[in-house]
Amino acid sequence: MTAVVDEQTASLKDSAALEEAARRCRRQIVKMVHRAAAGHPGGSLSAIDILTALYCNRLKVDPANPDDADRDRFIMSKGHASPGVYAILHETGFLSEEDLHSYRRLGGICQGHVDMKWTPGVDFSAGSLGMGLSFGIGCALAASLDGSDRTTFVMLGDGELQEGQIWEAAMAAVHHEIGNLKVFVDRNRIQNDDFVDKQMRMFDVALKWSGFGWSVMEIDGHNMDEITASIDWLDSITDGPAVVIAHTVKGKGVSFMEDNPKFHGAAPNDEQLEQALEELA
Amino acid sequence: MTLAASRDGYGEGLMGLVGDEKVVVLEADLGKSTKSLWFRQAHPERTFSLGISEQNMMLVAAGLASCGYKPFASTFAIFTERGFEQVRNGIARPNLPVHICGSHGGIHTGTDGSSAQSIADLAIYRSLPNMTVMHPCDDLSTEALTIKLGNYDSPSYTRTARNKTERIYDSDSAATLQIGKGSRLRNGSDVAILACGVMVSKALTAADNLAGQGIDATVVDMHTIKPLDEQLIARLSTECGCFVTCEDHSVIGGLGGAVAEHLSATTPQPLERIGVQDHYGESGDGEELLTKYGMSSDHIVTAAQRAIARK
Repeated sequence: MTAVVDEQTASLKDSAALEEAARRCRRQIVKMVHRAAAGHPGGSLSAIDILTALYCNRLKVDPANPDDADRDRFIMSKGHASPGVYAILHETGFLSEEDLHSYRRLGGICQGHVDMKWTPGVDFSAGSLGMGLSFGIGCALAASLDGSDRTTFVMLGDGELQEGQIWEAAMAAVHHEIGNLKVFVDRNRIQNDDFVDKQMRMFDVALKWSGFGWSVMEIDGHNMDEITASIDWLDSITDGPAVVIAHTVKGKGVSFMEDNPKFHGAAPNDEQLEQALEELA
Repeated sequence: MTLAASRDGYGEGLMGLVGDEKVVVLEADLGKSTKSLWFRQAHPERTFSLGISEQNMMLVAAGLASCGYKPFASTFAIFTERGFEQVRNGIARPNLPVHICGSHGGIHTGTDGSSAQSIADLAIYRSLPNMTVMHPCDDLSTEALTIKLGNYDSPSYTRTARNKTERIYDSDSAATLQIGKGSRLRNGSDVAILACGVMVSKALTAADNLAGQGIDATVVDMHTIKPLDEQLIARLSTECGCFVTCEDHSVIGGLGGAVAEHLSATTPQPLERIGVQDHYGESGDGEELLTKYGMSSDHIVTAAQRAIARK
């Protein structure tokens, strides 16, 4: 375990406990999207294991003081996967059950896409793809200027890598040797209209990042032991930015959503919700 | 008469802010042109050059602002527009105090031609909630207003000009300027001429020429386009009864558009708009271009006569 989380060691969850927390989050994700009759379950379910490990075991954030200036930052660049973020913020005490019921509702604090102005614990107003890595660079530069050891984590989607701004930011992070910037790519292989490689062939995503000068690791993004090891690896890289390509399954955990482009942005109906909750029981 | 370029005022304004350790400067390869390089040379540790990547620059600035810093990001006015959606979603929407400076605004930019001549920047930034939009007329007023942005808690866009025009202020008068308040440079009761940027000196020349015809014009430096100084416009409605707006920008959506919107909703009065008439510029000397495109002091005189005749 890295030094930065020593003080949290007593409350660290083992992989079995993380898997259990992620299962609870998955149930909240499908219920949120079902209640709102809209939203993005697929990319929330693919990302939730990583979010769970980060929030439960690594991020120095405090639900009693969500605006603490010296907190770690988590930038969810694929902001439509908001049910995943709201679920883990609920799991870790930032949001109440009632807050989750406000998802996509008029006046609710859980906006359709994650928004730092509406939701405690959200560090970035996302929704338009390709912007989060740049924002994360700004947060990481600020930490360096402050002389703080706080860390900025960013999660990107793989379809999102089609945005040119991602690669502007990828160049800048290496040029400025930003060692306190850590990135996960949720490589779930599906985007809005279809499979990523049918929309725009990505070839070797890891090779793209290493070609830009990043330190790169690839993992199974649903294996908690591998996720935990990858977080330790990210923390060990301090001379420049590092990225974990997490191979995931869109809709992971709900059989009819898995690897199904339809559930990028569609809500389950009543019967489908019932089946999903049975599978996630 | 002293000639000066407002872009130099931006560079001097940044230098006036070096004492504030929260001020950081971002560039996208054009620091030599926007004059942010002066700050970079003095404080390289607080200056971030991001290469030719305006979209990235806007969001890096937003991230810094979210952590309590005061980012000043500059490039050519036209290239800020490449990051427009980034400004909209990443800066203005969360109301992060990022201060964008677009230099080389308007067709007065000159010989580079139409690709470099922004004529819509004031309009598009004015349309964003939370944004303040300014276009000062000389170096000293740009410097003073830039320094004021150091304690401004919402985002802004300031357009500067490449080429030198007549200096309007001295250091003392520039220091009295306030964001959002027009600056009366000349008082007259026949027509109110509201101008910004390089057109302010043209408006003063036009007012001199009008005086020779027995016409007394008020001239206002409307360095702030948004928020519009509605109180001043209301007073001028009573005092003058007709208006001319002058800007090196499209007549659609900029200063003329803002004044037209306000007058039509409050006290409809004759308004003539001097500006680019919904087309692109071309290569040429800045002064030649202003004349060819209907924005010389003579054009302002004619517009003032038209406005008065319509009272």
